[in-house]
Amino acid sequence: MELVKKTRLYEWHLAHGAHLAEFGGYQMPLWYSAGTRTEHLAVISAAGIFDTSHMAAVTVAGREARLLLEHCFTRNLGIESAKGALVPGRCLYGLFLNADGTVIDDAIVYQLAAEHYLVVVNAGMGGPVAAHLTDNRQNLAVVVTDRTDRLGKLDLQGPAAVAILAGLLKDPVAALGGLGYFAFRGSLAEPGEGQKQSTVALDDGTELLVSRTGYTGEQGFEIFTAIDNLEKVWTRLVAAGQQHGLLPCGLAARDSLRAGAGLPLSHQDIGPWPFLYNPWQFALPWLPGRLSFSKNFVGAGALLDTEWAQHTLAFAGFDPRKVPAGPESLVLTKEGEPCGRILTCTTDMAIDRQDGEIISLATGPARPVKGLCCGFILVDRPLSPGSMVWLSDGRRRVEVEIRTEIRPERTARRALHLPDDNSSRVEGGEA
Amino acid sequence: MKAFSELIFREDLRYTEDHEWVSSAAEHLQVGVSDYAQDQMGDIVFVELPDEGAVFAKGDQFGTLESVKAVSELYLPIGGEIIAVNTALSDSPELINADPYGTWLVRIKPTDPGEIEKLLTVDAYRQMLQG
Repeated sequence: MELVKKTRLYEWHLAHGAHLAEFGGYQMPLWYSAGTRTEHLAVISAAGIFDTSHMAAVTVAGREARLLLEHCFTRNLGIESAKGALVPGRCLYGLFLNADGTVIDDAIVYQLAAEHYLVVVNAGMGGPVAAHLTDNRQNLAVVVTDRTDRLGKLDLQGPAAVAILAGLLKDPVAALGGLGYFAFRGSLAEPGEGQKQSTVALDDGTELLVSRTGYTGEQGFEIFTAIDNLEKVWTRLVAAGQQHGLLPCGLAARDSLRAGAGLPLSHQDIGPWPFLYNPWQFALPWLPGRLSFSKNFVGAGALLDTEWAQHTLAFAGFDPRKVPAGPESLVLTKEGEPCGRILTCTTDMAIDRQDGEIISLATGPARPVKGLCCGFILVDRPLSPGSMVWLSDGRRRVEVEIRTEIRPERTARRALHLPDDNSSRVEGGEA
Repeated sequence: MKAFSELIFREDLRYTEDHEWVSSAAEHLQVGVSDYAQDQMGDIVFVELPDEGAVFAKGDQFGTLESVKAVSELYLPIGGEIIAVNTALSDSPELINADPYGTWLVRIKPTDPGEIEKLLTVDAYRQMLQG
């Protein structure tokens, strides 16, 4: 029997009224005493902090580290001198696929230094991803290390995230000024990391790696620190965030926020089927025309050659009513014909309909928003945005609309505005 | 999640194994869900209730409560006619989380008022939760 693990913040979660559940092999907070709705809305209007130290990390280092990642990762890392290439201080979202084009896991790859990369994957996936990289290493000069449970990680998300973090940093302008979307500064402050690009530290000297990424669709950071510093960084951010309306948030709010932001949950929305015909085509290195890829990688041949014809599509409903994903759940066409199944169905509590259009709490609507059901379905045909389908569990039916986007007015890509320092206002970079 | 010692129970109510409560204090029976149920579900975001005048047998599904993650079915603890539904819940489903025993879902006119005696007493319900 597998042991259910605890993160370094487990005692803190318990002491703060967390409703816990097992996720990815860890006891994790689903919500705290404020409740999911309040936590979800805090990330839209203020900020939320998430324990994400259950996520795993793998480091890939050595003279040929980039070659190995280029071979295994679905994004084209590019030539370092070219625009959009992965360079030290930047990161990319993509996937690791099996040779048959099915998904092992999704990941963000950070280039820490010339020959040093950090691969952040989902809980429990450090071992499998490290093994996959090692299996594909052949005779490349590269060292792959599974760093599961050896890296502290938390996410600080929401429009107030920048002010909360800046208030604790030794040099906020050097750390955050001009920091674009999918860029990072700082280091893991651990041996074997390679040459440091920069230093980001709290006012007490605690070193951080701060990345302008997240899983909510809202502006914020994923923050890495040495595992022994995690509790300190967490409690300092929680305390500093109090005046900004920061709330600790559990996995339920994380799930409803990411669904509304159109982001997949690995092993649920992407998984043991070919990574094709889904809303995340930016994660594949398509050449214009989408007939071939700009590089070869593990799984590429299968994707170009597959007979797979199922489509993953995002949807949103017309009120908060849901049909939970599960073996008995069905997607039905407008005419009532079964055409697929539900992958994710949750409620984004920050949105509602107004004259049919989706509006967000962030837009400042005249009346309170009640939330809309939303998520992803896997169906046997393409359906254009605006099409209607039914979700059914055999007893009840809920009508939903196929969408390209769900929650409007998301802030993830907006320029960072450091408090009281107009000179540091800069535009965010590209993904 | 509340520890058992933090859960609120009302001594004057009867309970079901599905975590509903029944009150016979008023002319018609009132039905709601227990503090344990609302704590387990988390924030309730939508309540689906039947029309007034609908008649159900004991154990029939008469509505649903939706939290962010899950949909929970509501089963009528006692057969009877729905005399009233709590319309405030369509705009404010969170009332159930805030005050589970002060927030009734439906009022029913029971077919057999004696059925209430077959429901769990507060002590039996406590014992069931402690398992």
